[in-house]
Amino acid sequence: MTLAPADAGQQQDGVRATVGVSGDGASLLRAQANRELKEGIKLKTPKFFKKLTASMNEIEEIIEEWQPEPLVPRMSKEKPAPSYNIVSGPPCHKITVNGKQCINFASFNFLGLLDNDRVKNQALQSLRKYGVGTCGPRGFYGTFDVHLELEDRLAKFMRTEEAIIYSYGFATIASAIPAYSKRGDIVFVDEAACFSIQKGLQASRSHIKYFRHNDMEDLERILKQQELEDQKNPRKARVTRRFIVVEGLYMNTGAICPLPELVKLKYKYKVRIFLEESLSFGVLGQHGRGVTEHFGVNIDDIDLISANMENSLASVGGFCCGRSFVIDHQRLSGQGYCFSASLPPMLASAAIEALNIMEEDQDIFRLLRDKCKLIHKELQGISGLKVVGESISPAFHLQLEQSSGSRESDVRILNRIVEYCMDRKIALTQAHYLEKEEKFLPPPSIRVVVTVEQTEEELEMAANLIKEAAQNILQ
Amino acid sequence: MGVEQGGSSPLGPGGAPSLKGPGKHLLKPYLGTWRIILPGTPGVLPSVCLTLPPHQEVSSDGAPGAYPSKNKRTHLPTVWELESGAGVGRSFRGERKGGPWTFEERPGVKVVSAGKHCVLCGIVNKSEVYKDVLSEFVPLYQDFENFYTRNLYMRIRDSWNRPICSVPGAKFDILERVSYDYNWTFKYTGRIVNDVINMGSYNYLGFAENSGVCADAAAEITLKYGVGVCSTRREIGNLDKHEELEKLAAKFLGVDAAMAFGMGFATNSMNIPALVGKGCLILSDELNHASLVLGARLSGATIRVFKHNNMQSLEKLLKDAIVHGQPRTHRPWKKILILVEGIYSMEGSIVHLPDIVSLKKKYKAYLYLDEAHSIGALGPTGRGVVEYFGLDPRDVDIMMGTFTKSFGAAGGYIGGTKELVDYLRTHSHSAVYATSMSPPVVEQIIASMKCIMGEDGTTLGQERVQQLAENTRYFRRKLQEMGFIIYGNDDSPVVPMMLYMPAKIGAFGREMLKRNIGVVVVGFPATPIIESRARFCVSAAHTKEMLDTALNVINEVGDLLQLKYSRHRLVPLLDRPFDETTYEENED
Repeated sequence: MTLAPADAGQQQDGVRATVGVSGDGASLLRAQANRELKEGIKLKTPKFFKKLTASMNEIEEIIEEWQPEPLVPRMSKEKPAPSYNIVSGPPCHKITVNGKQCINFASFNFLGLLDNDRVKNQALQSLRKYGVGTCGPRGFYGTFDVHLELEDRLAKFMRTEEAIIYSYGFATIASAIPAYSKRGDIVFVDEAACFSIQKGLQASRSHIKYFRHNDMEDLERILKQQELEDQKNPRKARVTRRFIVVEGLYMNTGAICPLPELVKLKYKYKVRIFLEESLSFGVLGQHGRGVTEHFGVNIDDIDLISANMENSLASVGGFCCGRSFVIDHQRLSGQGYCFSASLPPMLASAAIEALNIMEEDQDIFRLLRDKCKLIHKELQGISGLKVVGESISPAFHLQLEQSSGSRESDVRILNRIVEYCMDRKIALTQAHYLEKEEKFLPPPSIRVVVTVEQTEEELEMAANLIKEAAQNILQ
Repeated sequence: MGVEQGGSSPLGPGGAPSLKGPGKHLLKPYLGTWRIILPGTPGVLPSVCLTLPPHQEVSSDGAPGAYPSKNKRTHLPTVWELESGAGVGRSFRGERKGGPWTFEERPGVKVVSAGKHCVLCGIVNKSEVYKDVLSEFVPLYQDFENFYTRNLYMRIRDSWNRPICSVPGAKFDILERVSYDYNWTFKYTGRIVNDVINMGSYNYLGFAENSGVCADAAAEITLKYGVGVCSTRREIGNLDKHEELEKLAAKFLGVDAAMAFGMGFATNSMNIPALVGKGCLILSDELNHASLVLGARLSGATIRVFKHNNMQSLEKLLKDAIVHGQPRTHRPWKKILILVEGIYSMEGSIVHLPDIVSLKKKYKAYLYLDEAHSIGALGPTGRGVVEYFGLDPRDVDIMMGTFTKSFGAAGGYIGGTKELVDYLRTHSHSAVYATSMSPPVVEQIIASMKCIMGEDGTTLGQERVQQLAENTRYFRRKLQEMGFIIYGNDDSPVVPMMLYMPAKIGAFGREMLKRNIGVVVVGFPATPIIESRARFCVSAAHTKEMLDTALNVINEVGDLLQLKYSRHRLVPLLDRPFDETTYEENED
């Protein structure tokens, strides 16, 4: 390739030399030289271009040859995509799933506020005042007076300085974590952390260190390890933020985190605590303030509490609360807060009314706990099924005592139990996960949800039915 | 007060600085001289701005490939860009459709570099509210962020987060608030500023209403279903209403199937990872929305950024990607996904979809089109940017959009082939882990979508679409006549008007509100710090009177704050009525 232009250059020089030597008949010679020059270029350059065009052709060939994978993998005909259950009508205590009327043991409607007339009327009033959508993010005229009121109420309810609301439960903790934890920072996470925490961690691009589920010794071990590493590089350690991210009541295991020990570790190793309370908010504690109230931990010791309003409050969205110094930072840095349309005002109003009900009727939490304990007791000792989760957790798991060999067949067996119950008026669901996406995939399970609306008879009926199903299907 | 000279600012020709002393009023912008501006508006920080002679204006005459070859602008990378790795330098924007069309570069470097600005601001130590009690811990956030918040954002933050207490329709009511401590805290006076003309909400088709068919339908569903769902689509939160919405949305978009999600932001950030992963390549426009950037980042795919709406840049990346394969291993890429938006929310530009579709076909890439702002707002029947260019929706592999804007609701959708949607139903993060959409919100979308489609038996929806198109053209034309620099396509209802200087952000927002117009002003970090702007969103609900009132006020404030930067303003069309055949005239 490099030869061709060099050749052309020599030729050119040669011609010039000829012209220079013969002074007479210059015009003739010049014409000849010009011709030669032209021919020379004509003769020589094609080689130069040929090589280029060849590679152009090659490029086109490569482009022609490249075949991308299909956008989505082709579905095999033997294994069609599982279809969703279709719920017709409201998804409250009595639910119609695929045309079958059932009692709902699957929705996280712990306090039964989904079907509450006060909540509905409040939402309706709000709809009549504000319409449905907000048509803008919080910064650009998407802040409504009801949003401010809800934030204020949530902060007061949780007894923190400030609260911030998001328009989507999943996005709450997933936006909150990367608002603080950046590249190079270290996050210590429980292995059983839910998917939104995992996504938040991934978005933060921090170092992630997992400790065994609820194992404080393991956590202390890796904290100590980190301390040793910090001593090697104190300059770096001075700018490396450290966080522990835990759930109050674990979605995947139904266990409660040992918060008092965590707080001790926090001050010992100077690690901040982020607490995800989607299940424990409105459930644990005398007033439903969650796991801090449950353990009597000072809420100021927790740096950030995040929860969604889609379970106990039976609305949509989520919130974070804590000290103003911490929370206010999200108003500029929380991606799901800044860049998303704000929560429809009617949903905020519904949440406010739900908070009112929670504040007025504190018995509701005790009632819920009693019911949890009841069904928990009833479900003990089923052969083949084990109950996973605290006895006061309104969402717990039924796992197979012994795996049948593969995850797929386990799922099939559990599915048969779910369908057996569904045919007999108890709506249950398996806990669904994206198997390839989860960091530590929990074993397949049926998730049972207890709500205050379920009567004792219904709870017993459900427990008996599950026993019966287990006997019929597992034996 | 001294005048500083920016270290890196190039001195233009004839830029012999003739300094003028600090005046009490704004000095007329004057070619070829430095100027000092002391905005007299109360509450606006006094600032010194240095102006250099204008660069030549660069026009894009609409011919393919007529993109300016060299980027002359100095561009300070924003935090967003640094973090996302997006955008190394920004290209000029060129638009094709909509007649001869020029984009003005900012006349002169109306740059106040952030540092200079902040130094002049003086550091206000009012941060006792913001002191961390955990002093032994590593600070929770970065110093720069602190610095920025304290000294720039805090001074003008009264222009954002203004709480409203009515429907965000053509007019809204704002809660009056005051601050006695330079915006560190706000107090609500209890008074309400009534009937502020709303030029800020994304209410393109005017469906933000609290009465009428849509609100009635939503009200009925509220009473029947309640507002929550308390479960995910995959488990037991898949209501008949959701299925109904998805069928309707598929029909509306002209695709085989569609799926709806509870949040527009999450539609992007939680579905892109389901479609591409390691070994795949994402080609993303540099000005893509944060949600697309986040989705791309979460997917684990390699991300490369092409210049805004620049087909040459895109083609080069496509070609290189296919020829060279993955870095180091040179294995061929598994898939290539192009991420673009229909209308860019900060620029008002419309994507060059026909070119992108032909590139995508040529290079066998997949196309992900985010129609957050364009669905409902573009095209003769509101079907978005695909219809606007007369293309086939099947040419776009993934049609994404939101229900927040034109439909006056919340949430997002993805439309495409049945295979794609079936796949998402089992693999979308949102479907498996996030609570499904609130039933009344779903009903609002169904009702408004039926209205746009004319399925309610009226032409009201169609009239709204036409009204929006008319309003948009009228409003844009008038602003240009007044001599403002506005960005974007003639048909785009998003109208960014350039303010350039950060100090004018606060001033413009306040002066407009004083005159009962609510506008959105945008600055760093949503835009580069030197490209602060105001953004108007035209709505079908705006009447001509409202638009005229707004325009008069903008004119007045524009004179007051010296915002008429344009050097080739359009000749007013005198008394000729506005119609479709109107053509553009340039003074020069």
